[in-house]
Amino acid sequence: MSADPRRQAPRPGFVLDVDKSTPPILFHHGEQFRLEKLPADRSRVIYPAEPLPGLPDPDESIRQALLNPIDDDPLPSLLTAGMKLTIAFDDISLPLPSMRKPDIRQRIIEQVLDMAAAAGVDDVHLIAALALHRRMTEAELRHALGDRIYDAFAPDDALYNHDAEDPDGMVELGLTRHDEQVTMNRRAAESDLLVYVNLNIVSMDGGWKSTATGLSGYSGIRHHHNVKTMRESKSFMDRHKSELHHSNWRQGEVIKTHGPRIFQIETTINNNTFGYDGPLHVLQKREWEWTARDRATFIGMKKGLDVMPAAARRKIFQGWQAPYELTSVQAGDVDAVHEATLEHCFAQHIVPVEGQTDVLTFGLPYICPYNVTSVMNPILVMCLGLGYFFNMYRGKPLVREGGVLIMSHPTPWEFHPVHHPSYIDFFEEVLTDTTDPIEIEARYEKQFAEDEWYIHLYRNSYAYHGVHPFYMWYWGASALQHLGRVIIVGGDTRAVRRLGFQPASTMQDALEMASDVVGPRPSITHLHNPPILMADVT
Amino acid sequence: MKLPVALPSALSPLRRYRSAGFPYRAPTIPRGVAPAPTEETTGAHYDTAWARRLPARMARAAIVDGPMRLVVSGLAAPDRRGQDRLDSLDGAAIFAANHHSHLDTPLMLTSIPEPWRHKLIVGAAADYFFGSKLTSVLSSLVIGAIPIERSKVSRRSADQAAELIREGWSLLIFPEGGRSPDGWGQPFRGGAAYLAQKTGRPVVPIHLEGTGRILRKGRSFPRPSTTSVTFGRPMTPRDDENATRFAARIEAEVAALADEASSDWYRARIRAHARDSPGLTGPRSGAWRRAWALGDRSRGGPKRAHRWPQL
Repeated sequence: MSADPRRQAPRPGFVLDVDKSTPPILFHHGEQFRLEKLPADRSRVIYPAEPLPGLPDPDESIRQALLNPIDDDPLPSLLTAGMKLTIAFDDISLPLPSMRKPDIRQRIIEQVLDMAAAAGVDDVHLIAALALHRRMTEAELRHALGDRIYDAFAPDDALYNHDAEDPDGMVELGLTRHDEQVTMNRRAAESDLLVYVNLNIVSMDGGWKSTATGLSGYSGIRHHHNVKTMRESKSFMDRHKSELHHSNWRQGEVIKTHGPRIFQIETTINNNTFGYDGPLHVLQKREWEWTARDRATFIGMKKGLDVMPAAARRKIFQGWQAPYELTSVQAGDVDAVHEATLEHCFAQHIVPVEGQTDVLTFGLPYICPYNVTSVMNPILVMCLGLGYFFNMYRGKPLVREGGVLIMSHPTPWEFHPVHHPSYIDFFEEVLTDTTDPIEIEARYEKQFAEDEWYIHLYRNSYAYHGVHPFYMWYWGASALQHLGRVIIVGGDTRAVRRLGFQPASTMQDALEMASDVVGPRPSITHLHNPPILMADVT
Repeated sequence: MKLPVALPSALSPLRRYRSAGFPYRAPTIPRGVAPAPTEETTGAHYDTAWARRLPARMARAAIVDGPMRLVVSGLAAPDRRGQDRLDSLDGAAIFAANHHSHLDTPLMLTSIPEPWRHKLIVGAAADYFFGSKLTSVLSSLVIGAIPIERSKVSRRSADQAAELIREGWSLLIFPEGGRSPDGWGQPFRGGAAYLAQKTGRPVVPIHLEGTGRILRKGRSFPRPSTTSVTFGRPMTPRDDENATRFAARIEAEVAALADEASSDWYRARIRAHARDSPGLTGPRSGAWRRAWALGDRSRGGPKRAHRWPQL
């Protein structure tokens, strides 16, 4: 273990008031970076906490969690020979970027399976709970689960991706007290025990959302992935104030009554996204602490990236695997486990912030949950900015109602034809007509969701479901309603305008454009993310 | 005129040496006098300390990562599995593998991951690898061997190995004590278990498959084939476990890894928990039946590329 003192005594996140001596601030800009000088005396920068120390012996911690679960019986006592056991796990969208081997899912599932082997359980299936996301490839499954598990189960078709459009593979479990349908993967629903292995990178993940969304289909997911629910989720990162989660929890009640017995395993990881050394470690440091070597590294990296073709840049960044460390693992009852998970998640991410701001800025990185080994298309830019980053708050949004959001991202007019076929049509057909989420939902959603070709590609290729771009748009619906203007710095002008946002060449231009909405000398807050942080706004 | 009589001998230094006596030759020992004990410098007494100094280590690293890796890749095409099981291993360890062939050591030296690979000593039979000065030097330099007595009971080898492990050197040892005579394994001896107890360092069980097909005992020329190396989880002796029981547990774990390599991980774990893993030592029967049973063990043998598409 490194002697780096930050590893043992990480500093918490904090808010920096920008003055004249503050160096230019790092903005992620897709696969590139920008250094921006923010106006002194009216700007502040929210920095994330340094990575919390990882558990010293992850395997032993996992074993203890399985043997001493919260509000549940030890896992070995739930396993019997002749039973039907299903293990579901989070898909490729977690964590971001993907973690270095061995992945946490492999560590956990190997121990679960070893206990199942001790009990002589023969009938075991493993399912990637991907809801309406694209299927995981063999290489991705091998990375998440390891070769041992893959080679033991995949050849017998006992390890596979969830298929929400398989007419024989889904089952209706009933209706919630709000008349929301609850559907579930048939194998999981008919199992004697469903073990769910989760990986919480942000507080939105986990809990009943794991099973109620991850193993569900369009008929169940549409009850919470809609404009009304998203607008009433303030924010969807705050489970107790998120209508998205309330709906999932109501579906969880139905699963509890009519579905399988569930043993939930949840984990949290630290903020060690770019490592303490290596080519990207500088991205994890505060700017005024960059050494001469850090600055040389950054300059070299930036110059190199600026002259590199976009495809080469993408290949480099998509190949990065984060040295995340496990900070907690808890198992047992879904509700109790999730509350413990949230505490650990907040311990890493929460930064107290006083008051809202007129202008919120952030630099969007190269990756979001839906473009792993893929292209961050304009719709995903909108989703990551207005959906994820805007919602990284507890209490109140960081930016006041009617305020301005300035994002930095190249926003290329580019789509992955295999992963995002329905996004292309959404961009060309829907957004040319309207950008209003309500109108989009009413006029176009059903047509895309039930399109046979998209369903075929979702089931047999590696495409996101036809309805997925709609959900991306709804994800930002709350922010769209809240904000007075959205400006993208350094983006493809046509693509930005298609999204309904305003393009700007420089941050200075963007701030001037913002002053049309929020007046001269607005207060500015920059969210220095990633590594991930969540503002607790009072 | 008289010719010099010793012309032929003057032209032959060898003959002159042979005809020369003491003090040019060693003295003969008088009868009735006990010869002074000679200090042995080969076998278990060979001092290998020089081979652990920086120049020798650098030379060995160059050999292992250069020609040895090339030869191993060409001959054995190894499929290395389970290295992630060493992820939580910190510090020196004792790597214990089954033993089929002289190729096992190069295969292991190129398979054991960093940071253990280049601070590794190999327990080698003192009577075989350290039989002469030349083989002693080569064994120490090329594979980092230390002599292990296998023909007589001696604490010298074990003490030396334990001391080196405590100094941070990892040890590669083949607990069977020698190469398999017939393709089946032999019972594990207690050396690895004893050293683990003595030093408090874990044992990493390893199963090697396929090296016997390439260069089995008794064969002089290798025949290329495929191999697999399966690393197990590091094991430490339990509080109530003596070296014999721990050795048996290591053997059982290697057997479970062998099962994993020939079937799949989950089936192997089920059989391991039920203490039903196929043994390493094979059936207790006649030679032909043992050879016959051996045919079922490997997952594939050399795989040939299809020249034509399968229709």
